[in-house]
Amino acid sequence: MANITVTPTRMELTRLKGKLKTARRGHKLLKDKRDGLMKQFLETVREVRSLRTEVEEELMTVHKSFTVASALMSSEALEQALVYPKQSVELTMSSRNIMSVNVPVYHFQTKTKSDSDIYPYGFAATSGELDTAVDALGHVFQKMLKLAEIEKSAQLMAEEIEKTRRRVNALEYVVIPDTEETIRYITMKLDENDRATTTRLMKVKDMLLKEAIEDRREEDARAVKAFGASEEAHQEV
Amino acid sequence: MAATYQIAVIGDWESVMGFRALGLDAYPVTSVEEARETVHRLAKSNCAVIYLTETLGKDMEDVLARYKDELTPAIILIPGREGAFGLGRDHIQKAIERAVGADIL
Repeated sequence: MANITVTPTRMELTRLKGKLKTARRGHKLLKDKRDGLMKQFLETVREVRSLRTEVEEELMTVHKSFTVASALMSSEALEQALVYPKQSVELTMSSRNIMSVNVPVYHFQTKTKSDSDIYPYGFAATSGELDTAVDALGHVFQKMLKLAEIEKSAQLMAEEIEKTRRRVNALEYVVIPDTEETIRYITMKLDENDRATTTRLMKVKDMLLKEAIEDRREEDARAVKAFGASEEAHQEV
Repeated sequence: MAATYQIAVIGDWESVMGFRALGLDAYPVTSVEEARETVHRLAKSNCAVIYLTETLGKDMEDVLARYKDELTPAIILIPGREGAFGLGRDHIQKAIERAVGADIL
């Protein structure tokens, strides 16, 4: 039920009409935003799914290679080989705006330029499986970073869509119907007042007319009386 | 925005050591508690991406939810040495449900 505590005045009616107009406009805009976001979101999600599958598969092969490597080498030797990285990654982040959602964009820069120069150990003391694993990891890493970027985007977009969806629904099912209801109430109240005024005026006019007729009658009666008196006087003469 | 960020990998020793070779910051942990602390600590520092193994991630839903709506860090689940449980996939599914209000895909 709408808010009936409003004062049914013309000013209030104008204010509410303005409010309704704004609400309708806002509703339309938010709906467009929701639809646009949803389109982007579904695209992103599709991308995330396929990329995640790829990354997971590749990581499993990497893990397999590592397992083999750790079986061939002692764990101390393995740790020693990997403890000091030759490669280092610098990540810079900027943000991109998709429909008012800020999503991250990652750029990374590796210190060593060549891909084949990433092994932080000498080849003599390590197993070949380790090279394969590190190499594969280097490849999958780029995909992993891309995955991080789009998965985070998807999460942030999901949040924004949820918020927008709620707003759209609140406007559509609460604010707009309530305002319409109140406007209807005020319009009816004002019409009722109008009719009351008309009736009152008619009544007043009726009463005035009655009074005028009454006055006229009295006057006539007096005139008749006066006439009758003068007639009598005439006959007497 | 030109600041450089860290990329961290959290998981058991065997799963994360490879990433150290790539120059990422690997944080081998042994317990969920430890992982939880590490995530919180990294989130406060300039860490943009945290890769977390699913093995640990499945017991840390609260932490994942906590950072879900923030720009940094992005916590991404990766399969650990034990294999993938489809946990990362579940998270995408949850994001869809959250956005659409229903499971559509």
